[in-house]
Amino acid sequence: MSSRSVIPFGPQHPVLPEPIHLDLVLEDEKVVEAVPSIGFVHRGLESLVTKKDFKEMVYVAERICGICSFGHGFGYCDAVEHIMDIEVTERANYLRTILFEMSRMHSHILWLGLMADAFGFESLFMDTWRIREKVLDMLEAATGGRVIFSILDVGGLRRDIPDDMLKSFLPVLDEIEKELAIDVKAFLNDSAVKSRLCGVGFLSAEQVEKLGCCGPFLRGSGVKRDSRKLGYAAYDDIDFEIITSDDCDTYGRTFVRAQEILQSISIIRQAIEKVPAGEVMVPVKGFPKGEHMTRIEQPRGEACYYVKANGTKFLERMRVRTPTFANIPALTETLQGCSLSDVPILVVAIDPCISCTER
Amino acid sequence: MNNVNYIGQTLKNLFSKPATVKYPFEPREFPERTRGHVENDMDVCILCGLCQMRCPTGAITVDKKGQTWAIRPFSCIQCRSCVDNCPKKSLSMGQQYQEPGTEKIEKKFDLSDKQKEALAEQARIAVEKAAAAKAAMEAKKKAEAEAAAKATEAAGSTADVKG
Repeated sequence: MSSRSVIPFGPQHPVLPEPIHLDLVLEDEKVVEAVPSIGFVHRGLESLVTKKDFKEMVYVAERICGICSFGHGFGYCDAVEHIMDIEVTERANYLRTILFEMSRMHSHILWLGLMADAFGFESLFMDTWRIREKVLDMLEAATGGRVIFSILDVGGLRRDIPDDMLKSFLPVLDEIEKELAIDVKAFLNDSAVKSRLCGVGFLSAEQVEKLGCCGPFLRGSGVKRDSRKLGYAAYDDIDFEIITSDDCDTYGRTFVRAQEILQSISIIRQAIEKVPAGEVMVPVKGFPKGEHMTRIEQPRGEACYYVKANGTKFLERMRVRTPTFANIPALTETLQGCSLSDVPILVVAIDPCISCTER
Repeated sequence: MNNVNYIGQTLKNLFSKPATVKYPFEPREFPERTRGHVENDMDVCILCGLCQMRCPTGAITVDKKGQTWAIRPFSCIQCRSCVDNCPKKSLSMGQQYQEPGTEKIEKKFDLSDKQKEALAEQARIAVEKAAAAKAAMEAKKKAEAEAAAKATEAAGSTADVKG
């Protein structure tokens, strides 16, 4: 029997987009155990809720993470709106759906690029990120920010997005769909890519359920669960199917994410077609009192937002359960028994967002 | 041979123009709504202080006595909250991003001479109005007191008659 050695992996590593530290216990080239540790980017954003006005807190919630920025702002606003019994207008709901799907697109395209980088396909990485730039341009035109949108507010949206601007996004979406098809084909059919993805990090449907995974990681193992089907914002009126894969490995997860980008394009098209006219903001009076928990589907998986208010302008408690936190047990599970060269791929496969997880 | 699929795209990328903008040789074109930095029109500002109250990071300082408006651009998060709350629409978002620096500066702006005069004039008018209102109030009180005195006098005289 060979002797065991421990390799520290991260928090700074060329393949890692964010700081997570893993202690990899190796036997030759094989990982026998992985011990994750986080805590490098903790900023104490949840406790800020007692020091910031509940409306100012939207800006803090948006800054929990750069990629899921819109989702965090939305989850927080949705929870406060439920406490205050605010009915958001139809138009605001549709515009929120459009922006949410655009941020899902940019998150998933970013992930495809990171994955290509992890298995060493640099031109595919560059190409996916070139396409992502178009999504960011649309978001900047609509909201004024590339990643931090500052358009959400309790009661609706702070600015309306005019109909002609929404219509001008349609040709860009067609272009993205066309260009993305080439990259998706490379991800799903290229034999070099397949040799790095197929069979890596196998977790059966029972295992992912037991480990409490969420998001594309869960759906990549064939479990049909998507919080968008709960029908928040305008998802009730939009026709879409939950995408799953029965491969149960990293290839399946890549397939789910790639298909979800195309699905997001279809959702945005439907929403632009159906968006009704009207106001986007409802006047908000008084202070919230009570508690509520909201579940939404972030690009990385299901996120929960718990807000407790006591009738003053400062809230009492806010808690966010982020999708990466739920997927870390699955990461340690998949790392056991893998080869050292597969570690980057398996870490990227859960789409780790450590800023979200630590807040 | 599935791994030749992507060669077409690779060759295309090899012979096409770079996907990036050649900044700084080519200026970046911003969309109309880009939130880059906050600008204040010192000809319109009335130093009401609402922007200071609504700034989530406390980046804005309004000095009413010194008649200056100051912003710390490295604290500003470009949330557009001040612009939305400005009653005179003197604040606006500039598109160019904040330039980098070696220290966290504060940018101070003096009120324009024209606006200083206008505000002084407004203050003078307000003082005059207040003085006029005070005088009117006093006159009214005096008249009321006189009327009341007269009434008691009259009541006294009628009482006398009755008596």
